Amino acid sequence: MTGGSLGTQWALAWVRASAAVVADQREALSDLDRAIGDGDHGENLNRGFAAVLAKLDGFEPATVGEVLKLVATTLMSTVGGAAGPLYGTAFLRGAKAADAAEIDAAGVAAVLAAGVEGVVARGKAEVGDKTMVDAWTPAVAAAQQVATDGGSAAEALRAAAEAAATGAASTDPLVAHKGRASYLGERAIGHRDPGAQSSALLLLAAADVAAA
Amino acid sequence: MSAPTTALVLVSHSRGLAAGLVDVAAQMAPDVTLHAAGGTDDGGIGTSYDLIEQGITSALETGAQGVLVLTDLGSATLTAESVLELLDDERVHLVNAPFVEATVAASVAAQGGGDLLAVVAAAGTAIDSFVNGRDRSVSGDTGTDHSDGPETEVPGPNGSDSGGSAGSEESGSDGPDSDGSVSDGPVVARRLTLTNSLGLHARPAATLARLAAGFDASVTVNGVDAASVLALMALGLAGGAEVEVSATGAQANEAVDALAIEIESGFGET
Repeated sequence: MTGGSLGTQWALAWVRASAAVVADQREALSDLDRAIGDGDHGENLNRGFAAVLAKLDGFEPATVGEVLKLVATTLMSTVGGAAGPLYGTAFLRGAKAADAAEIDAAGVAAVLAAGVEGVVARGKAEVGDKTMVDAWTPAVAAAQQVATDGGSAAEALRAAAEAAATGAASTDPLVAHKGRASYLGERAIGHRDPGAQSSALLLLAAADVAAA
Repeated sequence: MSAPTTALVLVSHSRGLAAGLVDVAAQMAPDVTLHAAGGTDDGGIGTSYDLIEQGITSALETGAQGVLVLTDLGSATLTAESVLELLDDERVHLVNAPFVEATVAASVAAQGGGDLLAVVAAAGTAIDSFVNGRDRSVSGDTGTDHSDGPETEVPGPNGSDSGGSAGSEESGSDGPDSDGSVSDGPVVARRLTLTNSLGLHARPAATLARLAAGFDASVTVNGVDAASVLALMALGLAGGAEVEVSATGAQANEAVDALAIEIESGFGET
């Protein structure tokens, strides 16, 4: 599956890998959320991706966008809380940017950029607010850099995943300015934002299956 | 008064809150389609994408020409916005405004036959009334920065300065008479006393607003737009209070008569 471009098989593999990592990490994600939120992020996301998995049987997408749209609509209606609409919008906007059988490095960057634009439009968060935007924004920049340098789609995802992990870690010392954690003020310091962490995990899964 | 064409979907984290608000709105707007989308699918605290979508689709399928979605807060708003983004239907709007106030204003506007844009505008007035409280509505025309009423009129050809009538107080509603050109036709005004003990609370205010919107006339009560339920409620008039109903336009007489009958009857209350 390595190569300059990634197609629907990659997208489907990404969905399965995402479901697996979320199932594996759901306790850890909920622990993060218990510290500064309402403690259900892992369970909610796991419920959402399990529902996506259940829809994959017999699903034969023609474009990467179709896969992302299935994820979007399913997460929106099953995840609940703020994460449902935020991830749902990210995948929905990403789907619109991926209306092709295959996407190259620039396509990867475009999908990620559209996704973060959706998250920002919905959640009105900026970098530094201690949200998933802190993971997504550097990921987009990293993918765009790989595309500019002529790298492959898999390389763009790898760079994005690494940047997202760094971005998620950067939320540890921050005071939150959005969502329930913002009510905690300084007490949020020292805790990683669960949405940023799950975003980094999903991008890591995308990069791993692209390299497989 | 035409039959309502705009439906409302009320989205809350709580099933009970959404259902209760439907009850409140239904008393003021009995013919409007009102769907509650409260709580998660299993009745817990949260927001259900599917309930919102079902409320909207059901309203459209049963003949609504427009649907206004109102939300309580946070993820309810995010989820409703997501539903709208996926539906991508121009017949569906969302207004982010104080939940109860916007629902009251919008449902009364819908009951009066308002189209989606009119109902959206009515919901929008709830933001103003919530932020600025009652004094802005009571003060009448003391400035140009609060022209939230639908009847904001173009100054007459004699160049009357709208700020010039500040301080006209209760008799200010007949200002257009002296200006002559601001409104069409003579001003019909009548002084009345609220006979019911609770005065102009929500339900009577809605009754007056519905009536006022149904005539070809521009109607005010104590200087505020009588078609705006929120403006009427913001007057804070208790039982025994004096009111001046005033109207201009083709059906000014009929409008004042109709409102006077309701007021004098105590809105069917004691």
